Formats: sequence, structure tokens, C-alpha cells
Amino acid sequence: MSITPEHPVALDRRTVLRRAAAVGMLATPAIGLLSACATSGSDKENEQVAGGTKSEKNPLGVKEDAPIEVVIFNGGYGEKYATDVHEPLYKTAFPKAEIKHQATQAVSTVLQPRFASGNPPEFVNNSGEKLMDFGALVADGQLQDLTELWDAPSVDDPAKKVRDTVVPGTIEAGSFNGKPYVLYYVSTVFGIWYSGKLFKDNGWAPAKTWEEFITLLTAIKGKGITPYGYAGANAAYYQWNVILTHAAKIGGVDVLKNIDNLEDGAWKQDAVKQAATAWAEVGAKFSDKSFEGLKHTDVQLRQNQYKVAMYPSGDWLEGEQKKDTPEGFDYQLMPVPSMSASDKLPATALRATAGEGYFVSAKSKNPKGGLEYMRQMLSKAGAKGFTEVVKAPTVVTAGSEGFAFPPGVASSQAALKAAGQDVFNLYFDGWYKELDTEARTATNELMFGRINADAFVERIQKRADAIKKDSSVAKFKR
Amino acid sequence: MRHGKYPFVIGFLFAPVALYVTFVIWPYAQAFQISMTNWRGLSAPQWVGFDNYRRLFDDGAFWKAVQHHGVLLLALPLITIAIALFFAFLLNVGGKSSGGQRQGVWGAKFYRVVFFFPQVLAVAIIAVLFQMVYRPNESGLINGVLMKFGLEPILFLVRPNLALWSILAVLVWQAVGFYVVLFSAGMASIPGEIYEAAEMDGATRVTLFFRVTLPLLWDTLQVAWVYLGIAAFDAFAIVAVLSVDGGGPDGATTVLAMEIYRNAFVYSKYGYASAMGVALFFLTLTFAALTLRLTKRESVEY
Repeated sequence: MSITPEHPVALDRRTVLRRAAAVGMLATPAIGLLSACATSGSDKENEQVAGGTKSEKNPLGVKEDAPIEVVIFNGGYGEKYATDVHEPLYKTAFPKAEIKHQATQAVSTVLQPRFASGNPPEFVNNSGEKLMDFGALVADGQLQDLTELWDAPSVDDPAKKVRDTVVPGTIEAGSFNGKPYVLYYVSTVFGIWYSGKLFKDNGWAPAKTWEEFITLLTAIKGKGITPYGYAGANAAYYQWNVILTHAAKIGGVDVLKNIDNLEDGAWKQDAVKQAATAWAEVGAKFSDKSFEGLKHTDVQLRQNQYKVAMYPSGDWLEGEQKKDTPEGFDYQLMPVPSMSASDKLPATALRATAGEGYFVSAKSKNPKGGLEYMRQMLSKAGAKGFTEVVKAPTVVTAGSEGFAFPPGVASSQAALKAAGQDVFNLYFDGWYKELDTEARTATNELMFGRINADAFVERIQKRADAIKKDSSVAKFKR
Repeated sequence: MRHGKYPFVIGFLFAPVALYVTFVIWPYAQAFQISMTNWRGLSAPQWVGFDNYRRLFDDGAFWKAVQHHGVLLLALPLITIAIALFFAFLLNVGGKSSGGQRQGVWGAKFYRVVFFFPQVLAVAIIAVLFQMVYRPNESGLINGVLMKFGLEPILFLVRPNLALWSILAVLVWQAVGFYVVLFSAGMASIPGEIYEAAEMDGATRVTLFFRVTLPLLWDTLQVAWVYLGIAAFDAFAIVAVLSVDGGGPDGATTVLAMEIYRNAFVYSKYGYASAMGVALFFLTLTFAALTLRLTKRESVEY
């Protein structure tokens, strides 16, 4: 007997097709996105290689023939400094060790699955738009404690510890709750950048006070050039950085410390409000509404075309724009101007830090090798080589001796020198990504005239309070 | 006679079912499981029960995204189907009739190919393309022309009340071609005699369209509606590449997939992102079931 459906008519061809189509479609929506990273979250420990014997040349006790894997973010600094300088240094020190090199532009895409499956590479340059969340990595115990490295004797002078060869603040910048986990390697100075040529041709001088700044902006506007601008589409944090730097000058460095520590009402401090009010005015009168829809490279290009006079950024800007900068453009840095004579910090004060993060994976096969790689990076030869390849100063104090920097970095180094002890930094964006996102959104709202300073501090404070209450977010203090 | 039938049947059934379970059902089940944890994507997750779902209720970004899906869900199918139907009608039966056969407008074959172009492009390329089109300054395709005539540039993706519609326009632009082809195929299967008879009775083109074409196309329309609805639940690539600040300004264009991406890959909250994914799953499921039920209708036999 043949099999007959109960209602043969109901099962005509079209109904079958329709049902099949419906089932097929239901299986397609975006939840499939998550299947890519759905794993059972295995946490099996990696078999770590045993250490070698410690010696004067090998103070960390690296096993000399253990391989090491190096992952480099191939962004503004490229990967050449690793393949041409640091890896050969390690190879010279440990000729029997094999070095596996990998470069990527999407660090988290490449490495997330490897961390999840318990097979991370030894050494990682965690940077770029798709960097892995440092806070989450620390909270999950994925990062190697760097105390041993900082206390080890330096490569060039065994009488000196590694920690004494770097710029003050370097170790703190990479510390979480007082423990060093990240090596920030590149010395970074933040400020407002302008073309030395444009300013010279027009007889303009960089402003020190807010009054001078407004006069300068008005003069530039009179010339038909957009006086000030940043890119809203993806670089709003360049601008919250300016607002908070300004706030720190007005109210002292504790303003930023309170923000980082998620103190109650930290964003509502008077200094933050004053700074936001001042910069909202700049946004309303001296910028261009269309910049909100542009990416950072677009606005930077406009500055290179002399269509925008001043642009906030860090001193990677000059290298990033090298091929688009016209002859004689002459990048110069101006610290964020003072608000008034009652400011807590002088006009020369600025935000500077060690940038570009590197870490060693605690659960990799050869974490000692990763530490040793860092020690080689922090040698004079390692730092000099890096500076020569990428034209940026490192945190190694002796690393850029006698090196002739291009005009922009030379001016930022001079500004750093002039600032003396009045150098500060902030950390909340690396610790709490959600707060960074909120600050970026609110900054666009403020600078492009949709909210005022009160609403600006109000909404960021609200998010900060929510994060403070959220038990699933790991908290950090400084 | 039946010798070897079962191994044969099992062999044919088992492999595809096993593949389907492994690569479709299992990840789904895992997403449900992960949504009950606070997994950060690194080490072992901790069970938190329905915590993530409770958070969803207080999450402004989540509700904004849901609201945008609501808008897209109404506007995308309506506009796309209307435009596609209009074009398909012109291409197939909009022209003169010759030898008793209805024809499309002049050059119909050429237009059909042109309409299909956007469908061939990858979504990411379309998004990049429209970045150029929508650019807010003189180097934008539209604003460049406007500014040449001394007009103010239109801030397509920047003005909060315009941004979502700008993105919707891209989605429509991309989808129309496919539905023109789909509806054309549907129209081609409508017997010419029906049109002929209607014409003899003195029907105009408008009557032909509403009284003949539309009712006979109902099934195809239904499929199109469900498909477009599901497209309205995605829209991730266009929003991610095109919008200001990833779903901005201030969340004015965000969609659930964007929030899932942000929570998982920027905030490292895989558990929470999975909870959003599960919510999206149920939204899509409800939509498909509702559409199929509400649009159920006796199909016209011919």
C-alpha cells in the first residue's frame, strides 16, 4: 500500500514550497551572528613550558629554545618595527628560539577565539579599532603580571632595573588596581594641532588663554577657513579628551581622578561643566555641522588642504597623515588653552601618556618568553630602532637621544618638556568601554548643538552611576 | 523488493539532519544558554539566570532599536513592494498589446537588467557607495550638486530625524531589483486571456492592475512581505558602515544587530548580547507567524 497524506489536496506543490520557504527564512536572521562565537567556553589550562636557567643574560629564566608567537596590530605604526627591530633582537639573544610573527588589523577577531579555546599567543600588540577589552582580559586573569619584568635588570645596564629606564607614569598607565599588566610603549602627547605654515603666513600665534583663543578663532573665521573641527562619525573621543583636559586645568588633576574612580557626581563637577560650556560655544560658532558625518581621516585631510585650522589629536597624527601632508605644512602642537587666571594648573599643562598597549598572555605556552620579548623592546636598541622606523618616541628615556624628530613630534616633545610636572592622564575609557561610548555620543550632541552643558554632564553621569551599580562590570581604581 | 530501503533512507536523512542540528539548532541552543550567563568571551561563564533579560527591560538602546525595527518593518516592505510592483507592471504588461499579447514598455529587457544591478553588489560595497552619495560636504554626490547651485548641504546621516530615513532609502534601493524580478515571474504566469477578456470589457491599465494583476499575485506578495520583514530585522551591515558613530547620532539609527555587535565585541558582554539575540529571534518568529496568518487568503485558481 502506498502512503497517502490525510488530505492530499492540502499538500499541493505551492503549499509545500511556501512552508519550506518559511522554515528556511526563519533560520536566517541575525542571531546566526552569535553562532560564530558560541563555544562551550572551555577553560582548559595550556601546557606551559618549563623555565630555563636564570643567568646574567637571561634574568627572567626563559627556556632558550621555546618558540614564541608575536601578534602585531598593523595600523598607524605598521609591523616593520617588529619584524626588523624587536624580533631580531630576541633572536640574537636566544638564537635557538623560533619566532612566529602575525600581523592583523582586527585584533579581537583573530584572537578572541584563541583566548576562548585556551590557546593564546605569547605576545600581543592590542590596539586599533578592534582591540580586545583590557578590562575584561584582566578580570578574567588572561594577562601576565608584569612586576617581574619591571623588576628585572635592564638589557643595557644590569645595575639598573627595567622600571628605572622608562618615563615616569609608564607602569601606572598599564596598571589595573595597582598591578601592572600592560606595557604602553609609545610616548603620546595630546593637544590641538595646527599648521605652522598657515599660522606664520597669516601672522597668527597659538593661544594661551581662552580670550586669546576666541580672538584667534574669530580671526581664522574671518579668513574663510573653518577654525576648529573634529570628526563626529568615529572620532568623538578626540573632543571629549579636549573637554576633560580643559576641565583638569580648571579644577586640577583630581577632577579626572574622580571620573576614573566613578566617584558620585564626578561628571557634574563644576570644572567639567565650565569646560563643556566653553567648548559648546566653539562647536556652535567656529566649527562645521557637516563634520559630524565625517571620519577622522576626512577632517584630517581637510586640515592638510588648509580648510580646517585646528584639530585635536595625539602626536601620532603627523605620522598618520604623512602621505597627505603638503610640503612645508609644519605640524605644530598647542596645549589646550587656560580658562582663566584662577585655573589650578598652568597653561603649559597637558595630557600625556604612554600609548599603544602590549601584553603577555598568562595562559600562553611561554609567558616568560613574552616577558623577555618586552625586556628586549625596552632596551636602548629596541627603543631607538622603533623610533627610527615609526618616527615616534618611546617610553624608554634614553631611546630617542640624538634623534631628529619631524616638526610635529619635535613640538610635542618640547611642549612635554615645558609642562614639567604638570602632566596628567585619564583611564576611564580603557576601563569602562560603555562610559567611553556614552561620552562620545554626548560629545557629539554637545558640540553639534543638540544639548547644553548641563544635559551633557547629566547624561554621562547617569551612565557612570549605572556602571558603578552593575555588579557584572569589573571596577578599577587609581 | 524492500531490501536495503532503510539504510538508504537513513543514509539520506541522517547526514543532512546531523549537519542541520550541528550548525543551526545547536548554536541556537547555545545562544539561549549563553544568554543566561555573564560570559565575557574569555574564561568559563557564570550562571546568572534571567538577569540579562531583566536588564533588557531597562536598556534604552534596546528599546530604541526595537522601535526602529517597527518603523522599518512597516516602511521597508510597503515602499519596496509598491515600487517593485509598479516597475514590474510597466515591464510586463504596461505597454501596448500586440497580437493579443500584452507587452512591457519600450526597452523593458534593458531596464530589467539595470534594476537587478544593486542585488549583485555586496551589502558592504553598497554601504560604502552610499557614504559617497550622502557625504555632508562638497565631495558628496548629492550635496556636491546642491552646493554648486549655492544651496545648503543636506545632512542626511547627521540630522537625527533624517538619518533613519536615509538608511531606509538605501535598503529600498538595494531590494527593489530583486522584487521586480520576482513579481515579473509571477506576472508572466498570469494567463494572457484574462487580460484580453478584461480589455475587451473596456478595462483601463489602472483597473487591469488592481483587478487582475494584484489578486493573482497575492501569494508572491505574501512571500515578498515576509522576506522584506526579515530584512528589516537585520539591516546590520548598512547601519554599521553607513551611520554616524555606529547607529548614531545618539542611537537614531541603531538596530538590534548593531547593539548585539556592540555589546559582544566592544563591551565584551557576550551573555547580554546573546539575550538580545534571543529577543531578536522571538521578534522575528512572531513577525513571520503573524504575517503568514494575517495574510492567509483563498488563492485564486486559474
